[in-house]
Amino acid sequence: MLSIFKNSIIKGRVTRVQKQEGLILPEDVENIGNELKSLIHNKFSRSLHIREVDTGSCGACESEIIACSNPIYDIQRFGVDFVASPRHADALLVTGPVSKNMTIALKKTYGAMPNPKFVISLGNCAADGWVFKDSYYTEGGVSNVLPVHLHIPGCPPEPFLIIKYLLAFLKQVK
Amino acid sequence: MDYGRLIEEIRKGHDSIEIIAEREDEVYLDVDREDFGKVCLLLHKRLHSPVMTYFASDERKDSKVFLLYCVFLSTEYKKWFFVVMKIPEDEPRFNSIAKEIYSASLFEREIKEMYGLEPVGNPDVRRLRLHDEVWPAECYPLRKDFKLTKTDRTGKGEFHFKKIEGEGVFEVPVGPVHAGIIGPGHFRFSAAGEPIINLEIRLGWTHRGVEKLFEGKSIPEALNLSECICGDAAFSYSTAFCKAIEKIIGVNPVQEASVLRAMLLELERMSNHVADIGGIALDVGFTFPANLAAIIKENILAVNKNLTGSRYLKNMNCIGGLKKDLNSDDKAMLLVSLKSIEKDFSELEGILMSSISFMDRVDTAGILRKKTAEDLGIVGLAARASGIPLDLRKVFPEKDDVVRFQAAKEEKGDVLARLKIRLFEFKESVRLIREFSCKIKSEKGDYTADFTPKEGFALGYVESWRGPVLFWIKLNSHGLIERCKITDPSFHNWQGLSFAVLGNIIPDFPLCNKSFDLTYSGNDL
Repeated sequence: MLSIFKNSIIKGRVTRVQKQEGLILPEDVENIGNELKSLIHNKFSRSLHIREVDTGSCGACESEIIACSNPIYDIQRFGVDFVASPRHADALLVTGPVSKNMTIALKKTYGAMPNPKFVISLGNCAADGWVFKDSYYTEGGVSNVLPVHLHIPGCPPEPFLIIKYLLAFLKQVK
Repeated sequence: MDYGRLIEEIRKGHDSIEIIAEREDEVYLDVDREDFGKVCLLLHKRLHSPVMTYFASDERKDSKVFLLYCVFLSTEYKKWFFVVMKIPEDEPRFNSIAKEIYSASLFEREIKEMYGLEPVGNPDVRRLRLHDEVWPAECYPLRKDFKLTKTDRTGKGEFHFKKIEGEGVFEVPVGPVHAGIIGPGHFRFSAAGEPIINLEIRLGWTHRGVEKLFEGKSIPEALNLSECICGDAAFSYSTAFCKAIEKIIGVNPVQEASVLRAMLLELERMSNHVADIGGIALDVGFTFPANLAAIIKENILAVNKNLTGSRYLKNMNCIGGLKKDLNSDDKAMLLVSLKSIEKDFSELEGILMSSISFMDRVDTAGILRKKTAEDLGIVGLAARASGIPLDLRKVFPEKDDVVRFQAAKEEKGDVLARLKIRLFEFKESVRLIREFSCKIKSEKGDYTADFTPKEGFALGYVESWRGPVLFWIKLNSHGLIERCKITDPSFHNWQGLSFAVLGNIIPDFPLCNKSFDLTYSGNDL
């Protein structure tokens, strides 16, 4: 205990405000995040749990979803968490044009989620296959496999945009 | 030995060998079917090169044959050697070279599943990407007469994993849907007690038929597609694509543009390396440096966005150079940001390297021995950590040696070695970007070149942050893409991972996996 006190006195404050050209302002994240937080608190009784499935995305969408949880955005503090199992999830977040190989796995993941549940597709490929539309090996978008309730466009959508879309969608949810 | 004597040696006893095409950095040797294996083996031994890429193309319309290309890299002559063989269409089989050169094995499986050419003598011809459960047998998508019909195509087969049997051996299947936010892959561990005794990796889950999609596309369309294959190396991919096209049509990017490209490649390397360093820390439960790394990555992505308008450097490359130039404001912003990024990074390095419990986890975990790495044909970052000093930036330096580049090298091949390579390369990238930014003087605006597409073929290559990304492209007489073969370093390196984890415990697998950080999408195409 003493050593922790000593440590914190010697080191001082280590948090800081990130300000750099091109970075989202902390106030913007804060404002939109608090709105999101109160919505989630009311509608989902405290938190929204999301399970992510990659069905053939290039990896950029994953990178941006991971960035949502970094210290700059830290979407977790607003009540959104990415969980390890579909059993714990309220929402399924799907990226990629749905490769044939992933169709069964995607359906099974959706089937493993408890009701009520909803599906979010993320990235241009997930909408209609985009550049992979004419391929012999894709289903051409998530909506051909599962009912999609929200689509977040972009290649890839930036973290701030993901949060914005999520907020706009949750406003409509009853 | 000089280059002429090597060619002589290859020709000795095989008079029919002809050089069908030659460029400054590529040479194509046309060989008979009987000589193919011998010539490949000779090049493999003389050049100390694994099979860098190995693919087929369907030329039945013009000449009633399939062509097979096996490619080796000579670091000494700074040349790519293509061994080319014709396979008549009525006899769709060839003698496997995988027994002599193991690194050819996966490529032969790929050729078999995509073209239906039988590698006679290869003991393993299971399909890699077209999963037996969803794709019928004897349906070869890269053949030119393949037609996509909307009729129900389903497979009824099953994939056979290797069976590891014995008292107390148990299997742990993982995937394709994982606990984290990552791509899909299936890992099957066999463990006896704690240590892993075998790991079989089944990939192909993100297969989207990319190589087929390229066929028939115009150059701008194809460039757009090339950026969407592997998101974390989007700029490497589009650069390799552009370099191949530029070689075919004979456009040389001006020095400024190629320096700028090299600089953006370093930025891409930095953002991914720091993400991996954070990932390694996170996988041993060390969250503070992991979050610091996430901040650094976010800052680099912000720099990317400021410079190019895209966080992943998309929509920047064009044939002949880049769509946008750096003005002096951009340059100043870049240098200021670099300074703060460098400061954060040295703090990150300090935290990691001074933590005893962290070192205890990464030191001697997941060792990939040099011999194994050589046999498997491991390339790029993972190879450099195992003592193989291959780096395309060293072999093919920028024109006129604009900057001195120092290649990283470690010997031990464990997670710590791969971490050290990343730490070193990150700092080297910072230094390189500073030097590059001094070389960029003119403010021309954009480097778009006017060009007329013409028939031909060439190899475009780039040392991406994972290792060499190769694009072999053939254009037809209308300037449309006839064949595009993409080789990602992950295609070689996934096998390395399955060897590196042997003897480690399953809980250390995420750590080993992250230290390689291989792509699913670039591997599965």
